[in-house]
Amino acid sequence: MFEYLFDSANWSGPEGIGARIFEHIWYTAAALGLSTLIALPVGLLIGHTRRGAFLAINLGNAARALPSLGLLMLAVLLTDQIGFLPVLIALVALGIPPILTSTYAGLSGVDAATIDAARGMGMTGREILTKVEIPIAMPLIISGIRGATLYIVSTATIAALVSLGGLGRYVVDGLKLRDFPQMFSGALLVALLAILLDALFAVASRVAVSPGLRNN
Amino acid sequence: MTWVGDNLGLIWDQLREHLYLAILPVILGLLIAVPLGYLATRYAWLANPLIAFGGVLYSLPSIALFIVLPAILGTQVLSTINIVVALTIYTVSLLIRNVIDGLRSVPPEVRQSAIAVGFGSVRRVLTIDLPIAVPVIFAGLRVVTVANISMVSVGAVIGIGGLGELFTAGFQRDFLTPVVVGVVLSLLLALIADLVLVGLQRLLTPWARVISMVKVA
Repeated sequence: MFEYLFDSANWSGPEGIGARIFEHIWYTAAALGLSTLIALPVGLLIGHTRRGAFLAINLGNAARALPSLGLLMLAVLLTDQIGFLPVLIALVALGIPPILTSTYAGLSGVDAATIDAARGMGMTGREILTKVEIPIAMPLIISGIRGATLYIVSTATIAALVSLGGLGRYVVDGLKLRDFPQMFSGALLVALLAILLDALFAVASRVAVSPGLRNN
Repeated sequence: MTWVGDNLGLIWDQLREHLYLAILPVILGLLIAVPLGYLATRYAWLANPLIAFGGVLYSLPSIALFIVLPAILGTQVLSTINIVVALTIYTVSLLIRNVIDGLRSVPPEVRQSAIAVGFGSVRRVLTIDLPIAVPVIFAGLRVVTVANISMVSVGAVIGIGGLGELFTAGFQRDFLTPVVVGVVLSLLLALIADLVLVGLQRLLTPWARVISMVKVA
């Protein structure tokens, strides 16, 4: 089972395990970065103004039902090209809803009395957002990004089906060659990567909580 | 559109397989999560490790689980058992938290009244604790059912995936229709399953409606 993984010849070179891990992380980081760049401001806007909440909530629910494989294939066929772009589109589409929904949920969970107090102290809307709402919502915002990361890491595996690199290559190629140890290695590495990233976010959410809130 | 007409039989078969692969794990998972959750409320030290372990299991990518499981179970790589077991694992790992929270939401005075009236522990759990925990358990059931329905498709990568096979078929032939049909049916299935669960929850908690009517009056 582990012979593929522990053969040093499989680790080096442009198609080695090292390079595949790097590719996988690169796809994940690019898609996560772009999803956050889009979803975070929109979530903050909806949460701060309390307008469009209906959209934020239902988008989250509907997205959970979206089959990632179908989305990927749809992106490839609609853009009519194979490669990084359709995969990025599909991954970003999967990454946006969890971030948007939890950012909104985090902001809307801030006690109205707290916001009133901040306004009473003379804070402007921008100050309330950056100094009160975001710090209080931070644990939920991070949990949204964490959820999006898990989605993206696992779906990036499927990207190998549309001839991209990453750890999914071992799964897809191994399946074609009936080479189970190779498939197993790919699957195991993806699982380890997911657990590692999840643990990183668990640490991040501890660090990111404002010291003033930590003892509650 | 002519493709849809010509392949109705195939689409129907795949829809049925999809439903079976998504729902059977929900039922199995519920049957496992409820006793586990009960144990965790009875022996409180079990609760946190169980929830944490569930969190780790839930973070495993589905495709990875579909492939690693045969090595552990000794099943064939292309066996549907792998999908069912993998999705059952997800169901249990997510539901366990809801079952524990739900059972904890039973007010102690209600539980004590039941004991005082002479309920044995089995009868108390089945007729008092679980019905009160239904709303919290169902919140988890709805999430996991919808997630399972979307996850079954991933199985198509290894050749078993209900509607997911429409995705791979369409992709291989550079043909959009099967992919769109698969996505739409998958979304519809999730929507219907969710509505069924909402209805089931209403049936199981008739007092919830009475209470809200009393509040309105």
